[in-house]
Amino acid sequence: MATIRTEPVTINLGPQHPSTHGVFRLRVTFDGEKIVDLEPVFGYLHRGTEKLAESRNYVQIVTLTDRMDYVASMSNNLAYVRTVEKLSDIKVPERAQYIRVISVELQRIASHLMATGFLLNDLGALATPLVYCFRERERILDLFEMLCGARITLSYMRPGGVFQDAPEEFWGSLNTLISDFPSYLDELESLITTNEIVLARTIGVGLLSDAQAIDSGVTGPMLRASSVKWDLRKANPYEIYDRVNFDVPIGSSGDTYDRYYVRLQEMRESIKIISQCIEQIEPGPVRTETPFFIRPPIGEAYSSVEGPKGELGFYMVSDGGISPYRFKVRAPSFINLTPLRDMITGWKMGDLIIILGSIDIVLGEVDR
Amino acid sequence: MAPTPALFISFESLQIFFAGLIELIGFGESFKWLATLLAGISISFLIINVMVMATAFYTWFERRMIARFQVRRGPNRNGPFGMLQPFADVLKLIMKEDTIPDEADKPVFTLAPIALLAPTLMIMIVIPFGTFIDDQAFLSNLNIGILFIVGVTSVNSIAIFMAGWASRNKYAILGSMRGAAMLISYEIPMALGITSVLILSGSLAMTEIVSSQSVWFILVMPMGFFVFMAASTAEMSRTPFDQIEAESELGSGYNTEYSGIKFAVLFLAEFMAPLVTAAVVTTLFLGGSRGFDFLPGGIWFALKMFIIIFVLLWFRSTWPRLRIDQIMGFAWKTLFGLGLFNIFLVALEFSLADQFGGLASDKVSLTPKYMLIIGAINWIITIAIILIMANVVGRKKYTRPEPTPSPLANMGIKES
Amino acid sequence: MTKIISGDEISKSIESTLANAVVASDETAMWVSPKNIHEVCNTLKNPDGLDYSFLTAISAVDYIEYFEIVYHLTSLRNNCSCIIKVKTSGRENPEVQSVSDIWQAADLQEREIWDLMGIKFGGHPNLKRILLWEGFDGHPLRKDFIG
Repeated sequence: MATIRTEPVTINLGPQHPSTHGVFRLRVTFDGEKIVDLEPVFGYLHRGTEKLAESRNYVQIVTLTDRMDYVASMSNNLAYVRTVEKLSDIKVPERAQYIRVISVELQRIASHLMATGFLLNDLGALATPLVYCFRERERILDLFEMLCGARITLSYMRPGGVFQDAPEEFWGSLNTLISDFPSYLDELESLITTNEIVLARTIGVGLLSDAQAIDSGVTGPMLRASSVKWDLRKANPYEIYDRVNFDVPIGSSGDTYDRYYVRLQEMRESIKIISQCIEQIEPGPVRTETPFFIRPPIGEAYSSVEGPKGELGFYMVSDGGISPYRFKVRAPSFINLTPLRDMITGWKMGDLIIILGSIDIVLGEVDR
Repeated sequence: MAPTPALFISFESLQIFFAGLIELIGFGESFKWLATLLAGISISFLIINVMVMATAFYTWFERRMIARFQVRRGPNRNGPFGMLQPFADVLKLIMKEDTIPDEADKPVFTLAPIALLAPTLMIMIVIPFGTFIDDQAFLSNLNIGILFIVGVTSVNSIAIFMAGWASRNKYAILGSMRGAAMLISYEIPMALGITSVLILSGSLAMTEIVSSQSVWFILVMPMGFFVFMAASTAEMSRTPFDQIEAESELGSGYNTEYSGIKFAVLFLAEFMAPLVTAAVVTTLFLGGSRGFDFLPGGIWFALKMFIIIFVLLWFRSTWPRLRIDQIMGFAWKTLFGLGLFNIFLVALEFSLADQFGGLASDKVSLTPKYMLIIGAINWIITIAIILIMANVVGRKKYTRPEPTPSPLANMGIKES
Repeated sequence: MTKIISGDEISKSIESTLANAVVASDETAMWVSPKNIHEVCNTLKNPDGLDYSFLTAISAVDYIEYFEIVYHLTSLRNNCSCIIKVKTSGRENPEVQSVSDIWQAADLQEREIWDLMGIKFGGHPNLKRILLWEGFDGHPLRKDFIG
């Protein structure tokens, strides 16, 4: 029998593609529908944040961090101001710490909602779950608007505290939100978690073993989905995380379904954290007086927080001036892409999209 | 026996009308072909215009409906309730530049939208949709009506392959390759679903199929309905089977390179498909224009079509997409088997009913009493099979093990 | 809390096997010579020994006279972290051994450092520019880069 000659086809997925979550490009080699090779190409959104920061003062840089992971600005703010505080030894009032934790956990919910919605969109669900996720995210953004007047690029935190105390009506809206949220999550779960097609598409797809996850520096929900119980909020408690009770949900095998489900459970844990914070918070100042130009002593500091995407760390070197000598970001979205090739090779076109979707990258952070 | 043609809209009556007109003017017998031609043109004109208008309103309805599913408002600016939105869309598409890629195979590229639209329109010819005046009006009462539909729909896969191949775009080729594989596979379960209808009705003509449905066939054989519905959803390539377009994977699949009026035609064909499918399903399984007397047959037909369209929309707006190998597996492993089993079941029951003297007066279909008995048996069997498939075959695969923390990490805290 | 292991402690624990690899150490970090970084990292990662299984970040700093590469390591099992540093000599073609075969996590980060700081990693399988395009002139994060 004569054999038909076939040859692999190389397709450029992106930089303009509906499912690469931004201007990300993948050079994929297909054998029919099967992926035999893959090479990510970065840099379409590179704005040189690290270089720009070297010519701005420490308060101005807060606005630069907003624009990295633009769906989770609060977490970026927190990671950055914590590094500045560590570098120049600034103490933060307790009320400010509580407000920081509340806003960061709200941001985590907003970011996970977006990740879940877009994962379902990548699965081909014609935006229905996405719109439901965005409806709730909108309420969180409304809360942010009350806090600082902005919705996406927040710049709410300052070295030494937060920009301003939360207004009175904020607490009422927050209480309604967290009382509504569990039932809303149940609704979302009933749409997704037991859906036969979602299960068929995600279970066993894009496996990442625990050893490889650790080896390739993956953090956040992706690491925990690979059954590694590692959360900086517990492992290295910062702010007031040692005073609240919460679980660290983990997945069982590290497939796409686990990455989705860990995010969903983390939203429930975040709600728990916020309600405990509301009980514990006491009146007081929200900001330590800092000089207009912060001049940290000569030295260096690395500090990291558990962001929605993973360990978000800043490494800063100070030469005693008003701007950092070196400003380096440990971007979780960027490093989470390390095992991408191993995870995707051997799967099909449709799986590529959902595996990439389950990693939950934000191109502003990948390219910085 | 075939019902008499309706008042003036059937092909035969138009032919007679034009022949009379030609004779009146004074042309001889040699101009008889002209009457056929004029009748054909009139029918085409009618079908194209009615269907295009119906599709335009259907796109508006679909967008409004999906918006409701998605807690949005949908188009509501142009005209009352945004009903003029489709016309604005078409106007925009017509005014856009009609680009053809340099590398494209130009004749095939141009022909593909027409090849996709034509069969969809042709199906409407044989559907006995009924009007206000006549319960069983049709445009042409082909005695092989259902065979005509099966034949004509299979042209779709060629048209989609033409569009993808001629574009010289890797996404388009990938989409059309998927399309060729998927559409041909799903034609088989579709034909099996139709075959079981033919056993019960005893005729290939659409009007006969309707008139034999003293009990709707969906009640007599739910499994056949399920197989046909799933297969025809795949034939339209809508979620969960929208592999051909798969906008989150392939951008837009086979129509990636199309723009302007060519895209409008492709779009039209694509949105006409649910209408046509709903019409076929209504005719085959929901008793066509049959209904209670207080409403004319045309209204019944439209109502049933509306229900089917709504169900299709419901699928579309809530379900994610299956992977290509799962889709092919579903066609060959599940639907193919179910379709064959259904044919076997219906044929067995039919011959048994024949033994017991259940044939109706026309000697090809069954009396309502026997149909109801068969229906009761089939419902039980169908529910049993669905339960078996869901619980025994399906659930086992998806049990998740309880997560155990990996030994590779230890956060150094006592677990409470 | 994650325990921060001082450079002195780390250097003491690897002294027996790699005596001449450590250049200096203080309470924040341990300095290793560029030639030895690969074996030092191999020793640090050893699961039976110190078990620094997780490479948190690699950063590079331009100190005008020399470049410094900073490795932040974390041991997930012992919940402790340490900092290893490498100083390169000279500004022309600085080169350090790659650790991407020890931790896959180093793969993209080393490419980023090569792209933006211009430090070569010997033994990296795919050392290409990552954020900027091939053919870009210079390395923007260096202090002498004029944009």
